[in-house]
Amino acid sequence: MMTRNQTEREEIEALLPWHAAGTLSRRDAQRVEAAIEEDRDLARQFELVREELSETIHLNETLGAPSARAMEKLLAGIEAEPRRRRRSFDLAAFIGERLTVFSPRTLAWSATAAVLAIVLQAGLIAGLYLGEPGSESPAAFRTASAPTRSFAPAGSYALIGFTAQASAADVTKFLEAHKAAIVDGPKPGGLYRIRLAQAALPKSDLAAIVKQMQDESKIVRFVAATE
Amino acid sequence: MQVTSDEALIGRIATGDKVAMQVLFARHHVRVYRFVLRLVRDQTKAEDLISEVFLDVWRQAGKFEARSAVSTWLLAIARYKALSALRRRPDEELDDEAAAAIEDPGDDPEVALEKKDKGEILRKCLTALSPEHREIIDLVYYHEKSVEEVAEIVGIPENTVKTRMFYARKRLSELLKAAGVDRGWP
Repeated sequence: MMTRNQTEREEIEALLPWHAAGTLSRRDAQRVEAAIEEDRDLARQFELVREELSETIHLNETLGAPSARAMEKLLAGIEAEPRRRRRSFDLAAFIGERLTVFSPRTLAWSATAAVLAIVLQAGLIAGLYLGEPGSESPAAFRTASAPTRSFAPAGSYALIGFTAQASAADVTKFLEAHKAAIVDGPKPGGLYRIRLAQAALPKSDLAAIVKQMQDESKIVRFVAATE
Repeated sequence: MQVTSDEALIGRIATGDKVAMQVLFARHHVRVYRFVLRLVRDQTKAEDLISEVFLDVWRQAGKFEARSAVSTWLLAIARYKALSALRRRPDEELDDEAAAAIEDPGDDPEVALEKKDKGEILRKCLTALSPEHREIIDLVYYHEKSVEEVAEIVGIPENTVKTRMFYARKRLSELLKAAGVDRGWP
């Protein structure tokens, strides 16, 4: 049987409460577990620790719960707070929250796709720059159609601002209901550019969608069709 | 079912989402209340204090950096508030004098022994510990806080956390022995 030195034994003894509570790292838990198996005194003491843990939980559970007054007081306190300046919608938080629902594997594939998109975009920008009329770069190469080519994406778009009380969940639901997606923003005034359709819709259809969105005043504070 | 994480709730609270505040409160208020109650031993005071704790969360949510768990952050705020309420500086350690000042009104360990219930004696002895020892035992056993998290909440080095826990347990054994329960340790 391996003999543990006194210092190591004391160190392990000190960790017993955390081992009982299950809050040790896997490495420390394995060390403690191994020591308990080899050392009867430690095993006995671990039983005492488990007894203490059990009674501490019992004691705390008999303390009851606060009355509704605590929540009421909190809400009254929040109401009395000066109205904070806040962004109506935090795109970073919104994206971050949505990302948390994906598995690491999905995220890894998404990241790869994003990198490819960035590389493609960089290529297009470089191509545009190099192909700029008047550019003296020897690499400047233009097709006959280049000067008139438009890179503006097709589709129907709107500028939108969300209300202060709209939560990320509200916004997500709203966008899904209207089959819309944020493509840009926040812009000055907390506005976002959203795509309403992949194709250019007739003006009357676009106006109808915008009107529907305007009607959701709890979520939308401003919306207008845009190019 | 996807449960919104505490960190995501804090993010929403930072934007002024009151519903997120209520969800966070519902999720943690009982444990925070019990932690505070064990320190201040006054239900009304404990209720007032937890309202203040969560109001601080409402105010400070934008500054939360997620370096620690939200529950650890809540307990650290609660401890600060409780100690302030006890008119003590937050970095000042609680002592036996404070323990005597907030003596448990229940039976003493000797009386409890008559009830022939070891579990009950143990619980009585747990309440007879000094606030400093009671606090660390609660944080480790009830609030399931790691060494690092206790160090963060109490504001002491990790090694001190381990020694304080050891001495709290040792004191508990002494109280048990005085109450007629010899555990053979230390």
